[in-house]
Amino acid sequence: MAPPNARRTGFSKRAQYTTFFGYLAAIAGGVFGALLLVVSLLDPSAFASLRGLAADAAAPAGRAVAVGRTGTQTALSDLWGYFTWGPRVARMNRELEVTRVQLAEARATADENRRLKALLGLSAAEARPVAFARLINSTASSPRRYATLSVGRDHGVVTGMPVRSPEGVVGRVLEVADHTARVLLITDPESLVPVMRARDGVPAFAQGRGDGALQLRLINLGLNPLKPGDVFVTSGSGGIYLPGMAIGVVVSLTRDGAVARVLSDPTQSAYVAVYPAYAAAAQMPEALVPVAEAPPMPPKKKKKAKAAAEAQ
Amino acid sequence: MPWAGDAEAVNAGRLNRAPSPVLARSVPWLVVAFGSILQTLPLIASAPVMPPFGFLFLLAWRQLRPGLLPVWAGLPLGMVDDLYSGQPFGSAMLLWSLAMIAFELLEARFPWRSYLVDWLVAGGVIVAYLVLAATIARASGAVIVLAPQLVVSVLVFPLAERFIALCDRTRLWRFRTG
Repeated sequence: MAPPNARRTGFSKRAQYTTFFGYLAAIAGGVFGALLLVVSLLDPSAFASLRGLAADAAAPAGRAVAVGRTGTQTALSDLWGYFTWGPRVARMNRELEVTRVQLAEARATADENRRLKALLGLSAAEARPVAFARLINSTASSPRRYATLSVGRDHGVVTGMPVRSPEGVVGRVLEVADHTARVLLITDPESLVPVMRARDGVPAFAQGRGDGALQLRLINLGLNPLKPGDVFVTSGSGGIYLPGMAIGVVVSLTRDGAVARVLSDPTQSAYVAVYPAYAAAAQMPEALVPVAEAPPMPPKKKKKAKAAAEAQ
Repeated sequence: MPWAGDAEAVNAGRLNRAPSPVLARSVPWLVVAFGSILQTLPLIASAPVMPPFGFLFLLAWRQLRPGLLPVWAGLPLGMVDDLYSGQPFGSAMLLWSLAMIAFELLEARFPWRSYLVDWLVAGGVIVAYLVLAATIARASGAVIVLAPQLVVSVLVFPLAERFIALCDRTRLWRFRTG
């Protein structure tokens, strides 16, 4: 259908001016947006308070939906459970027998650890959750991976606190508002977590890939010692994440590391716990100083660096 | 009135009733802002999978009711979207403003279009928007990660238009005036 032609304004000066200023405002809007974009690219936390206000305003809807979301997932898994319960119960019984033995052994090891630490005079980092919360929404339409927590400053949450679910690390608090907090999920392309192999402590960085998996980059380059099935845990360096929190399992190898599947799928975790930053919990807050995020490089420089690396 | 004819029934429903100007003007803005919040709610996603509903609704209003949202509507509505979408602040303000100007130019150039052409144009704009937004957010390996979202967004657009058409009818709901 032919649209009404708003551009043909006839002899009315008023209509002409309205159209003209409309275009002018649209172009000015684009320029204004571009300026704000430059500001927020240079300083990602520039509009944090504005975002906080908006997140607080939308939080009730998020809370309501979060309850329904969990309900739907539980119902689906219940339904699926009816078809698979037989073999599963048998397998779980077998696993339970094995786990009981392992638990007893682990208790003994923990006791021994405590004795040895007491002997050395090391103080164990006490980590109690600051708050329990739901993830109430996420940036599901953007390539960046943020989620919003249902607690904020009112529950003592501050920037930099790690967030975890029973299955493993979820992310860390990036911005805090009064009743909500914004979490940078570990799958975000700009999230970098220092990790190590659970078995022998091979150090690496876990960087998000934006598609729900992690890219593990080994710190010691050379032969790639990783194998599919290796479990990685946080190493505690950097002072944010407590050491020993499960983070992912290697699924395939790459040239300088591996691709890992995230253990704690944020889509599946109904509740998450917010912990104090590791350095603060271990009473060495000075360790937190260098953690302050360096501003991310603009993409042009990255390309140049890549080109330079290829040229060498 | 079982014996009333069609025209009479319609007139009976319309006597002393008029659309509310507040509702008629505010609904497009509210629906687009609602779309921006809606896209964050249904799931805690580990990849970009939800269609950008705010942008889809804006395009649908633009195509179904040209002239209802002014050319500069991309700025305020984009700001609302930026607050929720997780993109760097300003990205939707810029891209939505550009999209509105692009539609205005396109309409002046090709005033006669079919539904299929409209859908193709909207699809092209949606794909360009998502790719540019990913570039602005500096997502690595963007294209492969984006592929499902691109397909879903383009296919969902007619449904978004259906929803906007529904909103357009409720926008002109007649209230009793006296």
